[in-house]
Amino acid sequence: MKARIHVFYKDSVFDPQGNTVGESLKKMGFHKVKNVRIGRVIDLEVDYSTKEEAKKDVIRMCEKLLANPVIESFRPEILD
Amino acid sequence: MKVGVITFPGSNCDSDVVDCLQRVGGFEVGRLWHKESPDLSSFKLIVLPGGFSYGDYLRCGAMASCSPIMDKVKAFASQGGLVLGICNGFQILCESGLLPGALARNLNLNFICTDVSVQIEASDNPWTLKTEKHQLLSLPIAHGEGRYIIDDQGYEELLKNSQILMTYRNNPNGSTHNIAGICNRNKNVFGLMPHPERASDLRSRDGLKIWDSLKTYLGIQS
Repeated sequence: MKARIHVFYKDSVFDPQGNTVGESLKKMGFHKVKNVRIGRVIDLEVDYSTKEEAKKDVIRMCEKLLANPVIESFRPEILD
Repeated sequence: MKVGVITFPGSNCDSDVVDCLQRVGGFEVGRLWHKESPDLSSFKLIVLPGGFSYGDYLRCGAMASCSPIMDKVKAFASQGGLVLGICNGFQILCESGLLPGALARNLNLNFICTDVSVQIEASDNPWTLKTEKHQLLSLPIAHGEGRYIIDDQGYEELLKNSQILMTYRNNPNGSTHNIAGICNRNKNVFGLMPHPERASDLRSRDGLKIWDSLKTYLGIQS
């Protein structure tokens, strides 16, 4: 079983990297780009019997280490 | 009167801090390795130096906050022991929950290595005892992720308890409310992005104010 976690700065935290990339896209003529946020993806190989069990633990992993809840939000998915 | 300086894999200011504390500060210094789990009761102060612990993997300070020695540091701090985090050490203290808030990427995305002017915001604590409120110090910074972030509620708490010890005069990195250094509620844990150990000798001596404050607080003769 695989777990994939997306981690981003919270919306309330300015993302200078995303902002710079967004500006570049606009300069290239992609005027429909309104906002860019850059985050990271973490893939885990896990061994749980159910997806629910996996998700519960992955959320705990995010809270304890994989994300910093002060500045980051995370979105865990359990893949097959 | 012993000071412990912790080395994590990737710390690179540990020897600077040791040299500064011994030669300039006159402290007795013991070096600690992050994998150790020593009895810290003989120490009066524990320093987490700057650098790039664990190559800044995941987030700056995140991996180091899981090092075995950090459980001992947390226990030491909860008993009132003095803990100082400089630069990456500040990031580790925030990541480990010993200090509120977090440090994010500098607003201009640059690694900034320069002298900055910081203003002392409070001197009723062991760290800035020998300074005066609103005094200006010139201290060097060298960081890519020094933008201190705290929410409004957290900021109010910091203000109420005089936990903001230093602010930047010209905010170099986008820190919330220009914050350069904060302490915990009990004032025994202090984290700052500037490097006082790099301003204690030939070029600038403003960093000495921090060591003099500590010596006075600990009752060591200057």
